[in-house]
Amino acid sequence: MNTVVVAQLQRQFQEYLVSLYQQGFLDNQFTELRKLQDEGTPDFVAEVVSLFFDDCSKLINSMSRSLGRPESVDFKQVDSGVHQLKGSSSSVGARRVKNVCISFKECCDVQNREGCLRCLQQVDYEYKMLKTKLEDLFNLEQQILQAGGTIPQININ
Amino acid sequence: MALGDLSSSSTSELHVLAVDDSIVDRKVIERLLRISACKVTTVESGTRALQYLGLDGDKGSSGLKDLKVNLIVTDYSMPGLTGYELLKKIKESSAFREIPVVIMSSENIQPRIEQCMTEGAEDFLLKPVKLADVKRLKELIMRGGEAEQEKTSNLIISSPKRILQNNFFFNIFFIITIIVIFIA
Repeated sequence: MNTVVVAQLQRQFQEYLVSLYQQGFLDNQFTELRKLQDEGTPDFVAEVVSLFFDDCSKLINSMSRSLGRPESVDFKQVDSGVHQLKGSSSSVGARRVKNVCISFKECCDVQNREGCLRCLQQVDYEYKMLKTKLEDLFNLEQQILQAGGTIPQININ
Repeated sequence: MALGDLSSSSTSELHVLAVDDSIVDRKVIERLLRISACKVTTVESGTRALQYLGLDGDKGSSGLKDLKVNLIVTDYSMPGLTGYELLKKIKESSAFREIPVVIMSSENIQPRIEQCMTEGAEDFLLKPVKLADVKRLKELIMRGGEAEQEKTSNLIISSPKRILQNNFFFNIFFIITIIVIFIA
């Protein structure tokens, strides 16, 4: 094991993870999820976020259909979708996605179709952005493991 | 693994039935419970929970359960049977009313919390659920009879998860209002 390479990768990983918190992509709940991962379950976080992204895709599609025709919007269905999305984003620590859901719900409550469409677009953008960021993070993790190192547990305040 | 006659009293491991319509939340709660040394069965709805327990009136399904359930943790807002309705059905059943039921919700709504506690819920957890919540919960359940006393005092002591201190301030405000009206 090349300890210099491992140390470098670990530092890179730490900096990247911290930046994700600082830029508001992630919140404390993501830290909580990382605590649940160990050598026996090294893919736990990746599996949970993967389920989350699948959920996002499915919910966004169905809300898009509900908002499709201006004369027959099913706001109840949209509201239900937003509620689910807000819940799961909160459970994984996807802070930006969750925050869009808060605005989204407000648009739903007043039956503002245009507002809902804007929020839908935003939530789509945010989840895809987070997906890319986390893919990069997990890649760094893999590189550390392949170089023979261990993933640092980082305390984020 | 044939564990048909494993009774919970002979082992310190709790068997928890977790009910949530969100696949993400099911995965998280399952891991939280497993890490806390519990056996876990997850189902996606109140109806499935009743089926699992054999409470749905369908005789054929009672064979599904091979381990006694020691704790039920359920989400509040679910399509079909809500967590509250599931709680009621369990408390109405002579076979299962002794099983502690814990409600989880992403919304901190005081009347909702009170409604669940009145109906016999053991505890109310605010989502997202953390490891510390599950550890505290497990301790509460494992302590069993001792927990009866503790539980009442835990409800009254303010905790970050239950804003019962709001009741306290509300009461003070109410009393002051009455006094003011009296004096006026």
